[in-house]
Amino acid sequence: MIALANDINVAQQVGFGIIALVMIVAAIRVVTSNNVFHAALWLVLVMSGAAAQYLLLAAEFVAVTQVLVYIGAVMVLFLFGAMLTRASIGGEAGLNNKGYLVGIPVALLLAGTLGYALIDTFRDERLPQSFETGNLADPAGTQAITSVSDSIFGDYLLPFWALSFVLLAAVIGAIVLARKD
Amino acid sequence: MWFLEHAWLIPLIPAIAFFGIIFFGKKMPKGGSEIALVAMVAALVIAGGTAKQWIDYNDAPPAESATHAVEGAAVEEGAVAEEGAHAEEGAVAEEGVATEEGTHAVEGAVAEEGAGEEEHHVAPVRHTWTWWESGALSFTIGSHIDGLAVMLLLLVTFISTLVLLYSTEYVRGDRRFTHFFASLVLFSSGMLAMVLAPDMSQLILGWEIMGLCSFMLIGHWWEETANSKAALKAFLTVRTGDIGLLVGTAMLLGIFKTLDISKINEMAAAGEFESKKVLMWAAVALFIAAIGKSGQFPLHTWLPDAMAGPTPVSSLLHSSTMVVAGVFLVARLYPVFHVGLDINLLGQSFNLIAVIGGITILIAAGLAFVQNDIKKVLAYSTVSQLGYMMMGLGVGAWVPAVFHIFTHAFFKCCLFLCAGSVSHTASHHSFDMKKDMGGLARKMPVTFATWMVSTLALCGVPFISGFFSKDEIIDSAKYNGYTVFYYIGIIGAGMTAAYMTRATYLTFFGKARGAAAHFLGEEHHDEHAADAAADHGDAHGHDAHDDHGATVAHGKPLPFAPSDSPWQLTTPLLILGVLALISGYLNAAPLGKSWLRFEHWMISSAGLPFGEHDPMALPHPPEFKWMNTVPGLALVALGFLVSLFLCRGLFGDKAFALKGLTSRNKLAGAGHKFLVNKYYLDHLYEKVIVRGITGPISSAAYWVNQNILDGIVNGAGKGGRRTGELVYKYVDQGLVDGIVNGSGSSARATGGALQPMQSGKVNQYGALLFSAAAIGALVLVIVNS
Amino acid sequence: MLINEFLLLGAALFCIGVYGVIARKNAVLVLMSIELILNSVNINLLAFSLKHGDVAGQTFALYIIAVAAAEVGVGLGLVLLIYRNRRSIALDELSQMKG
Repeated sequence: MIALANDINVAQQVGFGIIALVMIVAAIRVVTSNNVFHAALWLVLVMSGAAAQYLLLAAEFVAVTQVLVYIGAVMVLFLFGAMLTRASIGGEAGLNNKGYLVGIPVALLLAGTLGYALIDTFRDERLPQSFETGNLADPAGTQAITSVSDSIFGDYLLPFWALSFVLLAAVIGAIVLARKD
Repeated sequence: MWFLEHAWLIPLIPAIAFFGIIFFGKKMPKGGSEIALVAMVAALVIAGGTAKQWIDYNDAPPAESATHAVEGAAVEEGAVAEEGAHAEEGAVAEEGVATEEGTHAVEGAVAEEGAGEEEHHVAPVRHTWTWWESGALSFTIGSHIDGLAVMLLLLVTFISTLVLLYSTEYVRGDRRFTHFFASLVLFSSGMLAMVLAPDMSQLILGWEIMGLCSFMLIGHWWEETANSKAALKAFLTVRTGDIGLLVGTAMLLGIFKTLDISKINEMAAAGEFESKKVLMWAAVALFIAAIGKSGQFPLHTWLPDAMAGPTPVSSLLHSSTMVVAGVFLVARLYPVFHVGLDINLLGQSFNLIAVIGGITILIAAGLAFVQNDIKKVLAYSTVSQLGYMMMGLGVGAWVPAVFHIFTHAFFKCCLFLCAGSVSHTASHHSFDMKKDMGGLARKMPVTFATWMVSTLALCGVPFISGFFSKDEIIDSAKYNGYTVFYYIGIIGAGMTAAYMTRATYLTFFGKARGAAAHFLGEEHHDEHAADAAADHGDAHGHDAHDDHGATVAHGKPLPFAPSDSPWQLTTPLLILGVLALISGYLNAAPLGKSWLRFEHWMISSAGLPFGEHDPMALPHPPEFKWMNTVPGLALVALGFLVSLFLCRGLFGDKAFALKGLTSRNKLAGAGHKFLVNKYYLDHLYEKVIVRGITGPISSAAYWVNQNILDGIVNGAGKGGRRTGELVYKYVDQGLVDGIVNGSGSSARATGGALQPMQSGKVNQYGALLFSAAAIGALVLVIVNS
Repeated sequence: MLINEFLLLGAALFCIGVYGVIARKNAVLVLMSIELILNSVNINLLAFSLKHGDVAGQTFALYIIAVAAAEVGVGLGLVLLIYRNRRSIALDELSQMKG
């Protein structure tokens, strides 16, 4: 990461632009593809792009987690789900309903509202290069990870416990739901 | 001081044992009864140690705490413990001297000082742990050891141990054997926790545990409707009283801003409250709780029904635990009642506690005459004796009332266990005195002897335990100006003697009837076996254990009848019988002041000093004079003789009257020939005297019991229903329904219009959700910009 | 870097996800669309985390990932159950709850 004098990192900008474009295209393909497997693979692309964006946002640990959990685990689940429900590999018709008549206006309305609100609110506010306001003395981000762990096991320990229970319940629930009886 | 500081173990051990029995009892070789026994013996040992150390502590209290307020005690204990450790090894002799000096000093104070002198105030030993705190309000749990607590701890653990031992034989083979022991142990634990309570919240905890366990135990044989109904009745009646406990506790909290019992007592005794009227109502509310738990007059109906439970349960509930809890509550918070109800005010000759106690004595004693079930006789007798305790507290005789708890526990427990022993061994699980008992004195010497000792104790025959406590209550009533209650007391004593004579006669003398005849091998008709079989089905479940039934059945005479019940039954009987005989000497007023050990140990728990006609002070105990006991004893003798006379006439058969007389010639004296010859007078007695006097009175009382009291309850229910019907007809159907229907139909119309939205399709729901969110966001953006 | 770049990216992903939820008939695809929405939220959280120099945003992003994993597990369990019972996971045929 090369910081330029005027505080605009061209490489970062270019990287962000390319990744964002890929993500949007991939996301659109996810919701329009006629093949469940293709949709899942497009989703992998979106997830990877998101992980890259997390890196740009100086959240290395979250990025790694994203790769491990989403791309590693959740996508496998999706593919299993698709296979177990006998999705046809060659693509099929009828994956969509008539909802696009509603979906497109709603999505556009939301996009317009959100876009307007965001642009209006933040205009050209900048992000710091990293935590500690642009201090690059900590390129590996170890300090950030330390503070994340402090945060999880300190201030937000209670949600962490609750989350553990949620996961446990989800595991049990998934087993109960999916087992053959 | 180890025991004093670890007294919290006493309720804890049975509580742990409860879980042990519940979880592992069924796998144990003896079904969990061994856990129960071991735990109870352990608790008994600790309670014994506590009692011993309390006596030492009481005789030689640490200098500071002797006069000091309660708060200091916990702090000072450290010092005490250290001193104790030093002293224990070398200076036993010195301690003994100190103890004697202490006693002398106290006695000197009693002798010298007149009114208003604070004497021998020993601070209780307290250990508390706060488990919840909210602002100024804190809830604690822990132990509060003083004389009263120690006495009841020892009593409860002791009687529980004996009852558990007795139960191992009595309910052997029962299908819920393990659960029986578990509930019994938990029950004791609840009582112990209540007794130790330093805080109203712990008291309520123990109180409610007992209520729950009494429900489980009384309904132990719930397969029969009568039993489960009795359990429900006991539970609900006591719950009615519990409302008073909660209200009273809340009022105490409001008055004194604390739940700490010692502080409440102290502040009440010192007059540190704003309004006496509020305090009075708090006392009334708490007394309602005591009425419910201790079976006092309006709420006593549950107690005889509670006999549906197994006999060990009856004996435990009705001697030392459940029913004593109400008396304990009054004794524990005595300053509140004493001050709130102006017990020792000059010229005061009535108050709520005394009146209720007095009514209970007479009503219950009257009812005891018409019962045929031996356990019900004992149950009414218990109610009546509880009336004495309450009356004692009501007339300011704190020490005699508490002492009566102590002595009554032994002899009443013994009586119940005797009844159980008779039923278990002799009368084939029947408790009906008229059908299945009689003439048992010959075959059951141990049961008979202990029964007789306990009966004499209950009747207040001199030099047996009951005399020392009961007589002193009656004496105090007279001395403290409650003259009416003095008469009630002596009349009650006479009635006690009379009904107990009747029960004794029916059970142990006269002609053997029904199952008892089989047991004695005197009569063996098939009808009797059939009768017995039919009878014992009525009230008592005893499904499982028909061990000796096999030997009795089929009309065959017993080849040889066992001479008495098995050792598990007789051992507790013997121990309790001996205690019924001698326990009174702990506070034997007739023998002089130096015999008043019990008073010396207890008096600091009353929370009030002695004083003359002052609501803030206890009245002095009366000087004992034999002359004062004469009316009471005369009435007891009269009751005994009249009852004996009637019983012989009514229940004695010609042949068997003679036979019975051979065993009790001395008692009957010269009168027996007269009786035998006047055989036809018996019918006269039965028709004129019993049916004419006792019958109507007792039946009236019974009728009042069944009809008026129940009628009030039912009437309230019916009235409620009538009101409900009216309300239903007009308000509900007319007014409310109109509104409801109107709003209903409009809602229906709206719903009909909106129905298409509920398509059941997830996507549409999603679309609705997100479009609504989008529009909401849009509105927000427009509004804000 | 402008914060708006990330926020707008998140908004775009969110809207695409919303469209997917509304327009897709296949239950698995609806679940995928929900994942898109969750990811867009994560991007937002991380952007604000960096903006305010507070790691709480990262913490919650992690929590969201965990919850999303649980949600996918249960959701796919449900989908499998539906498929087993009805031989179809077309959502518009599941309208027993129609009012």
